[in-house]
Amino acid sequence: MNRLTLFIPFALCLALGAFLFFSLGKDPLDLPSALVDEAFPEFALEELHEPERQLSTDDFDGQVLLVNVWATWCFACRVEHPWLNSLAKEGVVIVGLNYKDHRKLAQDWLQERGDPYQFSIFDPRGVLGIDLGVYGAPETYLVDAEGIIRHRRVGVVDERVWNEEFRDLYQQLVDEANAE
Amino acid sequence: MQSNSLLGLGWLKGTALMLLLLSGVASAVEDVVSFSDESLRPRYQQLLEELRCPKCQNQNLADSNSAISQDLRAEVQRLLEQDLTDAEIKEYLKNRYSEFILYRPEVNRATGFLWAAPVVLVLLGGLIILRLSRRKMPSQGEKVVSSVRSVDQQQRLDKLLNSHKRGSE
Repeated sequence: MNRLTLFIPFALCLALGAFLFFSLGKDPLDLPSALVDEAFPEFALEELHEPERQLSTDDFDGQVLLVNVWATWCFACRVEHPWLNSLAKEGVVIVGLNYKDHRKLAQDWLQERGDPYQFSIFDPRGVLGIDLGVYGAPETYLVDAEGIIRHRRVGVVDERVWNEEFRDLYQQLVDEANAE
Repeated sequence: MQSNSLLGLGWLKGTALMLLLLSGVASAVEDVVSFSDESLRPRYQQLLEELRCPKCQNQNLADSNSAISQDLRAEVQRLLEQDLTDAEIKEYLKNRYSEFILYRPEVNRATGFLWAAPVVLVLLGGLIILRLSRRKMPSQGEKVVSSVRSVDQQQRLDKLLNSHKRGSE
């Protein structure tokens, strides 16, 4: 009995070791999102290409869509862009949120690389960014037909991420929206 | 008695460490900000120290010079000017950046262990020290040897020692 108690520190060390070991694989940048299952925040911002056009959540028009936060200064956005182009070709509705950028630079960027966005929200001061809890581009939000954020991805969305995190949920939401 | 002096020493070390850490905060990065009312400034400083930069996770908003920290500092300033209380400002940011942004997390189910752990560990440590120190001080008049070995074992030991002595002579 007394002998066994001697092993308690050893067992504790093992447990601690196991805890730390399994925590190694976790991505510390993967923060819990405060906005999943919440309504997409209200905003009133200009369109990137048409400054006279005011955008708001009404422009989502009850569609299931992706909101992609990007900027010309964001290197990972270049990596991500081709995949967004091919998603748009497949018919996925994507709305761009140009985050803390210059209008001209952003327009040229899309001219050069292709424009996958149905429309682009221009947010030079990051106002909507703060309401969304954006802390680095790119970020992508999946919004359902009710305007509720259903999934958030911080970082690049490429084919692998799309298949793992978005595809099924997106299809499900589209089906639900069509059934109504 | 012994355990008390040990705890006292730990407390002293802890305070010294705290002072060392605080001196680091004083030299933090900060923008030049102006307030309509100077009484907001200490609250601003306090908030920046308790809010965490979401991008550079081991720094608070006062320390970090990343773009998002600059934006959030401006946001905190804006909210202070709007007469929000500290709690309301924290709530506002928590609703956007999740609880992660609070360097002093709220007590709830997920963080309860975190809050309780230091108290539990100190109590546990104190208990262990107390038990060990009691064990080392046997009551007077009691022979240590007899409590450890049985009479039979003692006789065998004596015999072995004696035979060894004889053998070496």
